[in-house]
Amino acid sequence: MTADVIVSGSLRNRLAFILTGGAALLAVILYVAVRLLAAQVAQQGQDNILNASMSSVLDTALIRDGRVTVDFPYSSLSMLNTAADDRVFYAIYEGENLLSGYDWLILPRDVLSERTHFGTTTFRGDPLRVATGSRVLIGSDGPRTVSVSIAQTQDALSDTLYSSSRSVAFLGLGFFLMSSALALWAASTTSGQMRRLATSVTRRGPQDLSPVTKPVPSEMAPLVGSLNTFMSRLDHTLSQSEDFIAEAAHRIRTPLATVRSHAEATLQRVDRTENRKSLQAMVRAIDESSRAAGQLLDHAMVTFRAENLEVSEVDLADLLDELVLSMTPVAEMKDITITMTLDRPATLQGDAILLQNALRNLIDNALKYAPAETDVIVRVSKSPSLSVSISDGGQGFAVDEIETLPGRFVRGKNMGNKVGSGLGLTIAQEVAIAHGGKMTLSNRKEGGACVTLSF
Amino acid sequence: MKYLLVEDNLELAEAVSSRIRLDGHAVDHAAKIADATAFVDTGEYDLILLDIMLPDGDGRTFLKQHRDRKNLTPVIVLTARSQVSDRIGLLDLGADDYLTKPFDHAELQARCRAVLRRNAGSAQSVQTIGDVEFDAVSGHLRVNGTIIDLRNRELRLLELLIGNKGQVFSKQKLVDRLFSYDDDVSENAIEVYIGRLRKHLEGSEVRIVTLRGLGYRLDHDG
Repeated sequence: MTADVIVSGSLRNRLAFILTGGAALLAVILYVAVRLLAAQVAQQGQDNILNASMSSVLDTALIRDGRVTVDFPYSSLSMLNTAADDRVFYAIYEGENLLSGYDWLILPRDVLSERTHFGTTTFRGDPLRVATGSRVLIGSDGPRTVSVSIAQTQDALSDTLYSSSRSVAFLGLGFFLMSSALALWAASTTSGQMRRLATSVTRRGPQDLSPVTKPVPSEMAPLVGSLNTFMSRLDHTLSQSEDFIAEAAHRIRTPLATVRSHAEATLQRVDRTENRKSLQAMVRAIDESSRAAGQLLDHAMVTFRAENLEVSEVDLADLLDELVLSMTPVAEMKDITITMTLDRPATLQGDAILLQNALRNLIDNALKYAPAETDVIVRVSKSPSLSVSISDGGQGFAVDEIETLPGRFVRGKNMGNKVGSGLGLTIAQEVAIAHGGKMTLSNRKEGGACVTLSF
Repeated sequence: MKYLLVEDNLELAEAVSSRIRLDGHAVDHAAKIADATAFVDTGEYDLILLDIMLPDGDGRTFLKQHRDRKNLTPVIVLTARSQVSDRIGLLDLGADDYLTKPFDHAELQARCRAVLRRNAGSAQSVQTIGDVEFDAVSGHLRVNGTIIDLRNRELRLLELLIGNKGQVFSKQKLVDRLFSYDDDVSENAIEVYIGRLRKHLEGSEVRIVTLRGLGYRLDHDG
């Protein structure tokens, strides 16, 4: 049945995709944000130290004897020590003139403001962080501006950044993995609800059309509601048609039975050959039609049930016991003995009603075509595979018809004037096939037909 | 034997009853469950023939009541349905057998006989003609102290002749009464069965006489 459904993606996959995609995006944002923050904090740290170092140097600037002197306190350089042995550069200017240090450390333009200026430059390709500050010294010949720049490479900073980036990357990855797992779990629980509903509907027997009563999430309520409505409508329709068939059968069969009984009773009193002939023809026609009707209904039931087997453990030996008991009176009418050779127990997983119907048809045929005072043999054997064979002592099948006889409404040429619908073997074959078996027709060496159902 | 036929279709009931009477049995007819219950309460029956769809309820209800009251009278259900599952349900409810309408009277007879044989004991089935004892239910014939097991067709033929002692039956009549027309029994076959019965009855006071051109008649000396 699923073959008829047009499938467009999977709700579970879609949900899982959206959720993991979201988690990935969030992880990336988290990584970038934390990394930026870390870089900023690390830079702030370096800046603070550079600022302190620069200030300690600037603080020593004095005007002595009309000249600007600057003294490097020891701490001003030692505080810049890093694990990565970063190099330190400096430049001291008075106004625009370099007093000491590296002349490529050019003063920024707005250095004269009171605040420390931080900037970034490069030295032989390595990035440098520069802190520049200035002070105005009042000497005898007027104010003089002293500026100090301290620069430091950023190896230690990159190391710190690298290691913290790594940690953040791991954190992001962990976050992503955990969110993905959570997303998959959420997706499967959500789709699990639906799958459970589907399973509980699929697992039902074909006759079970009761509404779904298990609690379902509110989102699924409309779906389940319509499902229940459909099922109750189907149930109603089915029971109506079953009632209709039963009623129709009753309405047709009861008058047929009346006509048949009257015809039979009249036959007892009538002596003229032509009257008897017509009465017999009448009885025969009634039998033909009622048998055809019965077999057609049975065949419809077999076809329906064959698609929805109600499987249980069936013992063919028990089934045959019961069946043969119920058919013995018919056999006795012709003094036919039904002999049974049953290899017990002969269990299989199957639909008892279908199997019974198939076997009934076969035994019915055997009794019909066997001459009076002969034997009908019912045999169940378990090797090589489980099989039931029913053979009679009649004239057997016409060899050229063996292939075609199981077809619908096909009747043998040698059937004489026996009443039949041509559906008995069809039903038996369909039942065998529905159970993964087959039906074989053969003629016995000692004469008579043999039908074998093997499973 | 006394039968109770529960059937709401009067025409059918009439036809079936007349045929059962022809076989030499008494029949009461009830058209609904209420009547059937009344009949069962007041009379003794050997066999009940029960229709399933009745005007005042389902025959299965009657069947269940019948069994709940521990009434052992066997019941054969006459059903107009043919679904196998329906048949199984009937047997579970305590029906002894079932027959689908329309039915062959010979098959009804055969099923009644089988059910009665299974429930033997209650029925007075042994008839005595001269020095011969005949039990139509078990199919035994006692001649000169020997018990003979009759085959079904012999049994039915003898039952018919004994039940209508002194009456002449043509071969055609015998075929009509004993066999389903589907059986393809020729009138010659009757001769075979008559021959066998004569053999069984050898040495007794009972004889089957051939009246040339007319048929057969059962007589007994004394």
